[in-house]
Amino acid sequence: MVATSLPASLACPAARETMNVVIVGHVDHGKSTLVGRLLADTGVLGDGKLEKVQSVCRQQGKAFEYAFLLDALEEEQGQGITIDAARVFFRTPRRDYIIIDAPGHIEFLKNMVTGAARAEAAVLLIDAKEGVRENSRRHGYLLSMLGIRQVVVAVNKIDLVNHDQAVFDEIVSEYSAFLREVGIEPRHFIPVSARDGDCVASRSDKLPWYSGPTVLDAVDGFSKQAPGANQPLRLPVQDVYKFNERGDDRRIVVGRVESGTLQVGDDVLFSPSNKTATIASIEAFSATPSTSACAGRCVGVTLEQQIYVRRGEVMSHRKPAPLVSTKLRVNLFWLGRRPMTPGKRYRLKLGTTSTDVTIDHIHRILDASALDARVDKNQVDRHDVADLVLRTRTPVAFDLAADLEGTGRFVIVDEYDIAGGGIVRERVSDELEKHRLESRIRDLAWVRGDITAGQRAEIKKHPASMVMFTGAAGTGKHAIARAVEAHLIRSSHHAYLLDGKNVVLGVDADLQFDDIDELVRRFGEVAHILLDAGNLVISTTNVIGLADHMAISTLVAPFEVFVVHMGTEAEGTPEGADIRLDANTPPASAVNLVLEELRSRGRLKPSGW
Amino acid sequence: MRLYVETSPASHRSHLDQLEDQGVYILREAYKHFRQLGMLWSIGKDSTVMLWLARKAFFGHVPFPLIHIDTAHKIPAMIEYRDRLARRWGLEMIVGENRAALDAGMGPAHGRLTCCRALKTEALKHTLAGTWPRQRMGDDGVYREEVDGDPFTGVIVGARADEEGSRSKERYFSPRDHNSDWDVTDQPPELWNQFKTDFAPGTHVRIHPLLDWTEINIWEYIEREQIPIIDLYFDTGSGTRYRSLGCGPCTGHVESTATCPSDIITELRLTNVPERAGRAQDQADTYAMEKLRREGYM
Repeated sequence: MVATSLPASLACPAARETMNVVIVGHVDHGKSTLVGRLLADTGVLGDGKLEKVQSVCRQQGKAFEYAFLLDALEEEQGQGITIDAARVFFRTPRRDYIIIDAPGHIEFLKNMVTGAARAEAAVLLIDAKEGVRENSRRHGYLLSMLGIRQVVVAVNKIDLVNHDQAVFDEIVSEYSAFLREVGIEPRHFIPVSARDGDCVASRSDKLPWYSGPTVLDAVDGFSKQAPGANQPLRLPVQDVYKFNERGDDRRIVVGRVESGTLQVGDDVLFSPSNKTATIASIEAFSATPSTSACAGRCVGVTLEQQIYVRRGEVMSHRKPAPLVSTKLRVNLFWLGRRPMTPGKRYRLKLGTTSTDVTIDHIHRILDASALDARVDKNQVDRHDVADLVLRTRTPVAFDLAADLEGTGRFVIVDEYDIAGGGIVRERVSDELEKHRLESRIRDLAWVRGDITAGQRAEIKKHPASMVMFTGAAGTGKHAIARAVEAHLIRSSHHAYLLDGKNVVLGVDADLQFDDIDELVRRFGEVAHILLDAGNLVISTTNVIGLADHMAISTLVAPFEVFVVHMGTEAEGTPEGADIRLDANTPPASAVNLVLEELRSRGRLKPSGW
Repeated sequence: MRLYVETSPASHRSHLDQLEDQGVYILREAYKHFRQLGMLWSIGKDSTVMLWLARKAFFGHVPFPLIHIDTAHKIPAMIEYRDRLARRWGLEMIVGENRAALDAGMGPAHGRLTCCRALKTEALKHTLAGTWPRQRMGDDGVYREEVDGDPFTGVIVGARADEEGSRSKERYFSPRDHNSDWDVTDQPPELWNQFKTDFAPGTHVRIHPLLDWTEINIWEYIEREQIPIIDLYFDTGSGTRYRSLGCGPCTGHVESTATCPSDIITELRLTNVPERAGRAQDQADTYAMEKLRREGYM
C-alpha cells in the first residue's frame, strides 16, 4: 500500500513537534530535582512559581528543593517523595516536551509504568554514590518491555563523589552490562549534579574529563519515531456507529490505525471472524474528506458491503493478516496487590478485544530487579516479571510485539483495575488451529452469489445463526430442539433442524465412528452451508458434545453460535455454554426461555414481524 | 523567552493531530463503556474544545448530555452563549445548581473555598448522582425540572495537566469513590490506551480527554478548527480580556489587546504568568486545588 500525499487539513504547520520523555530511576536518586532544575535553568517556570514554592518552604520551615516544583501533592511534599508521575511541559529551540517525572519508590511502580508507557524516550537516573540499585534494574527492564528504545543514563550526585571519573566509569560498565541483557543500548552516560546544575542545561568546569552532551543536549538529540505507515495495516475495531435516530444512516466502523496505511478502495479482512469488505469512504466531521489515513489516526470508515463486524476484530489487508489463537506466549509484569494465580480468571485487553483469560502454563518467573534470579513458585506476585502461556476464552487476533507493537501488547484486568501488562512473544498452537486455517482459506475463496449475507438477513428479517443443544443422552434436548424449530418456522423464520445423526448417515458414511475430529469437521462444514443459506440452524447430536462446540464455532464463524446446555443444577453452567436448562424443564417454558434469549441477542425477527 | 516559529519536520501527523486523535479515541472509549455518560461543559475554552472533539468523534453528533453547573455568579454572557450553541448544535443540555445554598445567600463573601465547595463541588456531586433536581433543556429551548435522574457513571471533564500541580498527576480515566472522592495516592495503572472502564457499583469515573493539551495547544486548535469560542476571551475595546473563565466575582481580567486566537497564541508564547493567576480560589491555600479536587471538584 502506498500512502498518497495527505490533504492540507491533516497537516498543521503551526504546531511544533512535541516529544514525551520520562525520567526514571531508583528512589531518591534525584529525578524530581533533575526535572525541577531543567525547568529552572531553561526559564520555563511560570512567573512566581519558583518564588511561591520557596515561600511555602519558608512558611513550613523546610529547606527548598527543586523537587518541590513537581511534587505538587501535599503528601508528596510532606514525605519528600514522588507518589505519582507528573507531566511537566517545557520547550527548547528544537521542540516542545512533556517531561514525565516518574516515582522511583517500589510502592509506586504502577505509577512509574503509567508514566513511562506514555513516553517515547527515557532518562534513567543513577545516584553516583549509591550506584546501581534494584529499581535501576527494574526500571531498565520495564522500559524494555514498554518498548522504549531511546535511553540516556544520567549519573547524578556526581558532586557527592568529588566529581570522580573512576566512580562514573564503574557505574557505566556495570549498568551497560545489565541494560545489554534487556536489549537497551543507552546513547550516552552523562555525569550530572542536578542540585548544582552541572551538565543539566549547561556544561561544567568541575567535570573536565567529560566531553559528551549535557542532559538537555541529549534529550534534544532523541529522534521522533516515524509512525509505522509502512508496516502492515492494523485497525482494531473500536465501535460501529449508526446514528439513525439523529437522521444519519451512515454505518461507520471506527478505530485507530495502529500501523500501516488505509485507503479508500482497499480490500480488507476482519480477524478473527474472516469477514471481508471493501473500504467505501473515510468519514470526517468538519474536515476535507480524505482518501487515506496513516498510522496513529483515529478514523471512521464505511464499507461497500453490509457486513456485521464488532468491537474487538482487527481490520487488516488480506495479507499479511494478524495471528489468531487462544494461546499466547507472553512476557508479563504484574502490579496487582493480589498475586496472579493459575486457575483464576482475569480479563485480557489487547487492542480493543476484551476476553476472559487464565494462566495456561508458567515457564518461569523472574525478579526484575536482579534478572538472573529465577524464582521457583507457582504464582506471579506483585512486581514480578513472568514468562507465561495465557489461554483466552475466545480466539484473539494479535501480532508479535517484535513485529507490531500496537497489536502485540496487552493488559490484564483483575476485577475492576488493570493489574498487569505484557507483550506477546509467540503464538502457541491450540487445538483449533487446523479448523481456523480451514475456515479462513474457505472463506476467502468462497464463491458467492450477488446477494450478500447482509442483504439476505435484511430480506429474511433475521440474521443466520446457530443454536446448539448439548447435554447427556436422555436430557430431553431433542424434544426441545424440535419444538424450537417448529415455533420458528411457524413465526416465518428460516430455520432448520440439523440432527447430527443425519450427517453421520450420509456425509459421514465412509468414516469410522470413532474418528471424532473428522465427524466434527464435517458437521461444522454442513452447518456452515446451511448458515450461509441464511438459516437459523438448530443442532442437536449425541456424537458431538460441548467440548467440540469451540471447533464448530470456529468452523461456522463469523456466524454466531448460541449454546443451550441441558444438565443438572449441581453441575452448573459449563464453560462454553450460554445458558443451562434443567433436564426436567417443561418443553413449553424451555422453548420460551430459548426464544427470549435469542430475541435479546437480536437473532430473531424484530417483534411486530 | 524566545518566540519559536519554526515548523515541525514533515511527519504525517502534527502534534495537534496527535492530540485530536488521542481525545477522539478517549471519547469513543468512554461512549462504548459508560451507559450513563455525560460531559461537563463550563462554557470555557477547554470544555468547548472538548465538545468540538466530541462532534469530531461522533461525526457531528454529541450522543450524551452536557452538564453545566450554574453557580448563579457566572458572567451572564456565558449563559446566553451556552443556550445559543446548545440549540444550534442540537445538544442535550442539563443544568445543576445548589439551590439551598443560593437561597441562603452563598457567595464568595463566605470565603472563597467555602463558596466553591458549596456552589460547585456540592452542586456537581448531587447533580451527577441525581440526588438533586436537574434542569433539562427541551426541544423548544426551555429548561424544565427533572427529578430522580439516573446517576452518571462516566463524567467527561476538560482538565489539563499543565493547569496546576494536582491535575498533572491525573489519569485519562480516573476513578471516584461513592463520595466522589479522588484517592490521589493510589491511582490505577493506565498504559497503552487501555483505560479503567470497569468500576464498582456506586462509584464513577472521570474521563479527561484533554490531559496532554497545553493552553497554547487549545488556542492553536481553536484557530485551526475555527471553533466558535465565547468572546469574553477577546479584547473588545477595553484593552482587557479574560484568560480563564469562572464566576464573575472571582475571575480577573488580564491586560491584553488580543482580539483573535492567533493574537492569543502570540501573547502566550511571550508570557510567563500562569493561566490560573486570575482565579482567586487557587490563591486561598497552597494545596487549595488538590483539596477541592480530592473532594470532587472538576
